[in-house]
Amino acid sequence: MAALNVEIGDLKLKNPVMTASGTFGYGIEFADFIDLNRLGGFIVKGTTIHHREGNPYPRMAETPMGMLNAVGLQNKGVDYFIENIYPELIDIDSNAIVNVSGSTIEDYVATAEKCAALKHIPAIELNISCPNVKQGGMAFGTSPKSAAEVVKAVRKVYPKTLIVKLSPNVTDITEIARAAEESGADSVSLINTLLGMAVNAEKRTPILSTITGGMSGAAVKPIALRMVWQVYNAVNIPVVGLGGIMNATDAIEFLLCGATALQIGTANFIDPAVTVKVIDGINEYLDRQGCKDVKEIIGGLRV
Amino acid sequence: MKKFILDLKVLENQRIQSNYALIKLTTHDSQPLPEMVPGQFVEVLVENSPNTFLRRPISINFVDRQNNELWLLVQLIGDGTRKMGELNAGDNLNLVLPLGNGFTIPTDTAKKVLLVGGGVGTAPMLYLGAEMQKMGIEVDFLLGARSEKDLMQLDEFAKYGNLHITTEDASKGEKGFVTNHSILTSKQFDNSYCCGPKPMMVAVASWASRNGVECEVSLENTMACGIGVCLCCVEKTTEGHICVCKEGPVFNINKLLWQL
Repeated sequence: MAALNVEIGDLKLKNPVMTASGTFGYGIEFADFIDLNRLGGFIVKGTTIHHREGNPYPRMAETPMGMLNAVGLQNKGVDYFIENIYPELIDIDSNAIVNVSGSTIEDYVATAEKCAALKHIPAIELNISCPNVKQGGMAFGTSPKSAAEVVKAVRKVYPKTLIVKLSPNVTDITEIARAAEESGADSVSLINTLLGMAVNAEKRTPILSTITGGMSGAAVKPIALRMVWQVYNAVNIPVVGLGGIMNATDAIEFLLCGATALQIGTANFIDPAVTVKVIDGINEYLDRQGCKDVKEIIGGLRV
Repeated sequence: MKKFILDLKVLENQRIQSNYALIKLTTHDSQPLPEMVPGQFVEVLVENSPNTFLRRPISINFVDRQNNELWLLVQLIGDGTRKMGELNAGDNLNLVLPLGNGFTIPTDTAKKVLLVGGGVGTAPMLYLGAEMQKMGIEVDFLLGARSEKDLMQLDEFAKYGNLHITTEDASKGEKGFVTNHSILTSKQFDNSYCCGPKPMMVAVASWASRNGVECEVSLENTMACGIGVCLCCVEKTTEGHICVCKEGPVFNINKLLWQL
């Protein structure tokens, strides 16, 4: 049994496997299927300063080896989270991380400040990459300047581990990653969903109410791997890799491309117990490869 | 109710009409099937179907406790469900179950109940009717279809209640839609339950609402996760957007914002 623990800034994970925001609810929804204490961490649903109803139905389209979603950050707001959900998370022996979203810099700052006061939330993931909201979201994550502004502002009020979630819908993701690093991010996570579209030919209509949506699932893995590799080579902060991880082999590929930790997203919909299988699979791989520590393979791609 | 990821064994896969399959499942190890109630559904993992990425939500058609069987009635409509139609006896099927909430069964057994189903939407009504009969409630089934050949499991339904049928082409029962059936005017009902195409559910909901009859409908908004985490299958309700998979699929019509 190899050592699986990794660090992201001050955040200590018992293994590199976390879950992606928006695919794992608040964790507790999975308690029937897995032992939540086994997870390295879990990122809870995108949380905003105020309640958001999200986009109209239909919000989902299945695509070859993937899916599109257009949820639009539906959530009950950070105060509801603190009062009603946070108390249920504190006894879980894992890292509960809040995905912080917003429409303005002030919103991001206010939400991050409230999360900073929560003793059992050791980190936040700043979502500057949601493709499904008209204002904010991805707009912040598609230029180095606006990314730097929001990260700097949040950094001022958030002393714990700050992970910035990057959008793949950009010309050069390394520019945004560097801007986040220079602005004080402890880590970057990538990729958020890819902007996509699905059409009903018979009806001549878009399938999603918002016409475009965010693509995820197995189909996006090659793009995610490429971007993780590029960002790993461009920054000095740890990279959290996600995008199309369906099994342990996929997860190991991300580690080899430089990811210090991982997030499993859409795969949770298909196998609600996938996370623990990935943890076990990484362990088996390390034993087979004669590695004593997962850190031996992080960025270990032979090129 | 605790949810499980469960491998079940196909006992029988019976083709009904040309495009429906009745799949009977049991446990591999003779362990009793988990607790489940009428109106709940399962998420089926479809293997060897490259275009089927997500699980397929299928309502529970019947649970035969005596023989430890779970029945799924599947409309063979796309790649995933067609693949399910090809399963053979002895094959394994992976399911997440039970999901969602069931229908509200009246505690007063004197209540007059009407169970309305259309097309593959008749599926959950069989289990609901059987459970109600077991509790001593007299059940009336009202089943609608385009034509006689689209009606399924009539022998099964007949075991648990009075059967009323409409077909659009008059090939069986009364001609027209379910809401045209004479039972709606000849008998007074307290509670109604409906599953079928949306226009049919809206018509039944309007009838219920006009006549002061309680009404629950079962929705089938497009789902990804089935457990209330992806927030894709939302329905706009008096409480805002809520997940059909977790808060439903059964809703009292008073909670929906349908124009009745």
